[in-house]
Amino acid sequence: MAASKTKDLQIKEKQEVAAAAEQTRPEPTFVPAVDIFETDRQITLLADMPGVTAKDLNIDLRDNVLTLSGAVDAPEGKDEMDVLREYRTGRYYRQFTLSEMIDQSKIEAQLKDGVLRLTLPKVEPAAPRKIAVKAG
Amino acid sequence: MIIKRITGWPRWEWRSPFEELELMRRQMDQLVEGLRGGLAREGTAGVLPLMNVTEDADHYYVRAELPGIKTDELDISVTGTSLSLAGERTIPAEDATARYHRREREAGTFNRVISLPTQIDPAKVEARSSDGILTVVLPKAEEAKPKKIAIKTS
Repeated sequence: MAASKTKDLQIKEKQEVAAAAEQTRPEPTFVPAVDIFETDRQITLLADMPGVTAKDLNIDLRDNVLTLSGAVDAPEGKDEMDVLREYRTGRYYRQFTLSEMIDQSKIEAQLKDGVLRLTLPKVEPAAPRKIAVKAG
Repeated sequence: MIIKRITGWPRWEWRSPFEELELMRRQMDQLVEGLRGGLAREGTAGVLPLMNVTEDADHYYVRAELPGIKTDELDISVTGTSLSLAGERTIPAEDATARYHRREREAGTFNRVISLPTQIDPAKVEARSSDGILTVVLPKAEEAKPKKIAIKTS
């Protein structure tokens, strides 16, 4: 039998985390799954945050700590009753400490189909400059 | 009261050991259910995606979290009482020079069939996707809808 090219997606439940501060709204907090990769020029972060809209997503970078947080409104209507409930919805929260110096003015964020793509460009190193010595 | 406690214990009447086990099993179930925050896990088939199913008087609503999956990559089909959802999640390849620090998002294929409690009308099923959440609205068949019976007064 030929080996299947694609593997089956494994079951992965949302990971719940205890929030640092107590919430005013009683809802669970989840850790979004992320991919982070680095090239010479930038660090890119991809995060799965289904249900988050652009206006409810907060990205904050200060003192090298990157904070992602997003609120999700329950998608169910008022008159709907549960038949089967396998996952819960709540807010997303995750923090990362960045070691590289990031050029804050060039950070870009894009949210599409519940996936956040955050581009963090590194600060360009000062170009080497040769100083010519003039003979006096 | 003391007399009752003394005479009531130990009880010498014979009880089925299975009865005791059954009671213990039920108590364990309740305990575990409490720890999980009342989330019904019995329905989980161990396959992706996880689904929430709700109903109102006329419809069933099936929701699944599918971040990064485009609607044209999904294959949704319905019969009288079942809904099948299949698709593939692909994560596009990035720059070859990229060094990964974390790789938690997974790619792969999925296929799931759920059966619904009553008949639905397959012709009127609608599916929409927004912000990575798929919602399938399945109207109940006419014969499955609750009917109000008027009482005639003679």
